[in-house]
Amino acid sequence: MVHWSAEEKQLIASVWGKVNVEECGAEALARLLIVYPWTQRFFSNFGNLSSPTAIIGNPKVRAHGKKVLTSFGDAIKNLDNIKGTYSKLSELHCDKLHVDPENFRLLGDILVIVLASHFGRDFTPACQSAWQKLVSVVAHALARKYH
Amino acid sequence: MVLSPNDKTNVKGIFGKIGGHAEEYGAEALERMFAAYPQTKTYFPHFDLGKGSAQVKAHGKKVAAALVEAANHIDDIAGALSKLSDLHAQKLRVDPVNFKLLGQCFLVVIACHNPSLLTPEVHASLDKFLCAVGTVLTAKYR
Repeated sequence: MVHWSAEEKQLIASVWGKVNVEECGAEALARLLIVYPWTQRFFSNFGNLSSPTAIIGNPKVRAHGKKVLTSFGDAIKNLDNIKGTYSKLSELHCDKLHVDPENFRLLGDILVIVLASHFGRDFTPACQSAWQKLVSVVAHALARKYH
Repeated sequence: MVLSPNDKTNVKGIFGKIGGHAEEYGAEALERMFAAYPQTKTYFPHFDLGKGSAQVKAHGKKVAAALVEAANHIDDIAGALSKLSDLHAQKLRVDPVNFKLLGQCFLVVIACHNPSLLTPEVHASLDKFLCAVGTVLTAKYR
């Protein structure tokens, strides 16, 4: 089980409380597809991903981004059992979606950058540290059921 | 990985706009790296890593200067950073995985201070550039 200090929990909750899940999720996924274009391999049925503008405006990207970040909310509500929270999703990503877990790490890093751009100076080093830990734990949990 | 003409324009552009803040950003990137990735502190046992450390500030300035130099010679990053590449291979031997960590923190610093500059396209170019710098610095490792 991952140990979270009281400070880490507070930093995570305080940022999450101010996050617009739909906007941030959409932006994080769009940036993933733009910055690491090979990640588009998982979204061949999303329609037009031919340019950054197309990706940002793509309604399927927005919807999926929102879905992914909403799921992050589940981790935050269950910081003491992220493994359990993501057990089924881990199986899904392995067995049905066939996603290389490296992609979870890439998305996690992008999410941190998106949060930094929204929160500016309030996204202190301590805040970043807590969130880097969170995205790393989530990535690890999502990879855990792979076989 | 190859930097396209657009990437080069984006990188030069953002360094141009950051201007004099580069040094301060270098220091902040290091500070964030030490906080988020404590294992990176193992390369600095001789440093005071406390808040506001003069050594971290000075080192951040050096790191930023190297990035600026690479951006100014973006058509030949390997040439521009050749001596630094030798230094990292022969003396410093920082494990290659750590360049990505510092790169992440540098992007976070820019996102914090200049969110409007870090459009997705510029983000992509800058990420590529930072990867290229890391690749150059570790190129002579073996």
